[in-house]
Amino acid sequence: MKILICVSKVPDTNIKIVVGDNKKAIDSKGIKFVLNPNDEFAIEEGLQLKEKFGGDITVVTVGDESAKDILRTALSMGCNNAIIVKSSTDIDSIQVAENLASVVKSINPDLVLMGRQSIDFDSQQIPSLTAELLDLPSVSVVSKLSIDGTKILAERDIEGGKEIVSSNLPCIISFQKSINQPRYPKLPDIMKAKKKTIEEINSLDCAPSVEIVEISLPDKKRIGKIVGDSDAEISEIVKLLHEDAKVI
Amino acid sequence: MGKILVILEKNKNSLKRVSFELITAAINLSKANGSKVAGLYFGNAEGIPSLVSEYGLEEVININNSNLDNYSSTGYAKAIAQVATSESADIILFPANAMGSELAPRVAVKLNAGYIADSTKLEFVNNELIITKPIYAGMAISTNKILKVIKIISLRPKAFTAQKSNSSVNTVVKEFNTDINPSDLKVKVIETKVSEGKLDLTEADVVVAGGRGLKSADNFSMLEELASLLGGTVGASRAVTDEGWRPASEQIGQTGKTVSPSLYISIAISGAIQHVSGMNTSKVILSINKDKDAPIFKISDYGIVGDLFQVLPKFTEKVKTLKD
Ligand SMILES: Cc1cc2nc3c(=O)[nH]c(=O)nc-3n(C[C@H](O)[C@H](O)[C@H](O)COP(=O)(O)OP(=O)(O)OC[C@H]3O[C@@H](n4cnc5c(N)ncnc54)[C@H](O)[C@@H]3O)c2cc1C
Ligand SMILES: Nc1ncnc2c1ncn2[C@@H]1O[C@H](COP(=O)(O)O)[C@@H](O)[C@H]1O
Repeated sequence: MKILICVSKVPDTNIKIVVGDNKKAIDSKGIKFVLNPNDEFAIEEGLQLKEKFGGDITVVTVGDESAKDILRTALSMGCNNAIIVKSSTDIDSIQVAENLASVVKSINPDLVLMGRQSIDFDSQQIPSLTAELLDLPSVSVVSKLSIDGTKILAERDIEGGKEIVSSNLPCIISFQKSINQPRYPKLPDIMKAKKKTIEEINSLDCAPSVEIVEISLPDKKRIGKIVGDSDAEISEIVKLLHEDAKVI
Repeated sequence: MGKILVILEKNKNSLKRVSFELITAAINLSKANGSKVAGLYFGNAEGIPSLVSEYGLEEVININNSNLDNYSSTGYAKAIAQVATSESADIILFPANAMGSELAPRVAVKLNAGYIADSTKLEFVNNELIITKPIYAGMAISTNKILKVIKIISLRPKAFTAQKSNSSVNTVVKEFNTDINPSDLKVKVIETKVSEGKLDLTEADVVVAGGRGLKSADNFSMLEELASLLGGTVGASRAVTDEGWRPASEQIGQTGKTVSPSLYISIAISGAIQHVSGMNTSKVILSINKDKDAPIFKISDYGIVGDLFQVLPKFTEKVKTLKD
């Protein structure tokens, strides 16, 4: 089975956000970037499928030179090949998807795996965009997957329940947390991954469809009334919730 | 003149709450730019007009095609794009939920549109649609514009308020015939498992969420009691779902659900950023935690510093008295 896994580089969540001078992006000075946590589930699922069905795994990212680090992480976990589509960091989702679609066309995989969402913009759109560009089926936010020949059954969460979706290979699937427990790379594999060559491709020239007007920090308007645990204080909070906030 | 299309979604015998929120958001936009608004509904639309007329929606376009009885992202996307084209829709609103988040990007590609996901605010500024969306786990806010003629936006459930209109309107239903056939259904739902009687987290008005400090699955009965008293539902931190005290579907946060209820009550949750990102657009936040320095208090409107096993029963008792 030929598997392609798409990964993205995101800021570590434990960072403090500082808005850049142009107000169009965050200031990336001193920020640690990591492999998008949701993509670890896609990698783990890919590795398990490879262990079961054989084949090989290519991992791809659309990003700048520094995104090679996350490809090395993926290689150290057990992916076979890595591709970087070199682009600036300010391209929008459709531009990323156009580039991924072109990689899918040239590799022609049976399965394309992604994470549920990148935790920077949380937009959950690359899997469906890429699938539509290629006229392929896709299933998003999958928590259980079974493959039998070319048939796929995937379970995904919906509001108030679950749905079981059927499709056929080739297919694009995005995963969420409950699917598996991603493995940790072993030290020798981390060393080996450092020496692997990463194939470089230039990005396609396609027009943006959206534009950031401004990035700002949220204006925190929380009331911040924190009290102790006496009877009177608890009563006061109940009263405030009822009379001021009017939420109970 | 353009048209705003809102994608309506069924919920048992009614519509999902978010559908009404979308209708109000669309009507507010139409007041600013003079567009007409139409809802799009899949399935048997009997009863739908009486539900939406109260919210001022005058037109429902109905697709009733047996090939689309079950949700299929490829089939639905094709049908929605056909409707949008025939109606000359230039703004399409989806719910940012399981269905909408999967469909909207597909429709965007089909229509050569631009798409912004999970918006919390929409407004016209100098005749331009400005779309607000939280980013970086809610630690920053972005405003965006779409450079294409057709603009597609998904709205975060409960971030917009559904508003009944002053005078109820007469809603007309327009049948739309699509040529969707089985070959369009490249992916298809074959079974739906509904968790009976449970209010969905993203649609709930009140969420009572518990963290590791609850210590066991059994202790969540206290949260169940408060939730049902307030007409809400129970949520959890990742520490809790990882322990298996509550199902993964109840996890709130970056790797779980994003909720925006009127009242969020956090109980023994420390307030890690990965949790906070899933709840910080809640309207009012109350936290109970024994550690006065817990980060959750920094994003709370109200806080009680104390042991939950002491505080919660008293709190629930007082709410009960209030309700009687
Ligand atoms: C990539 C990634 C993704 C993540 N995604 C999520 C996510 O989606 N959702 C999520 O929630 N977390 C997520 N996490 C985990 C997150 O970082 C925290 O570890 C988690 O939220 C902690 O859960 P908690 O607050 O219940 O537990 P703790 O941090 O252990 O806090 C327990 C709190 O309970 C209080 N307490 C204890 N006993 C009592 C008592 N008797 N009375 C009152 N208070 C008491 C303590 O003071 C403490 O503040 C993620 C982490 C990573 C790295
Ligand atoms: N720049 C990128 N390069 C490769 N894959 C990406 C990129 N951005 C997003 N993805 C994939 O798409 C998924 C969903 O991302 P998003 O739609 O941005 O929330 C991620 O989990 C990745 O698997």
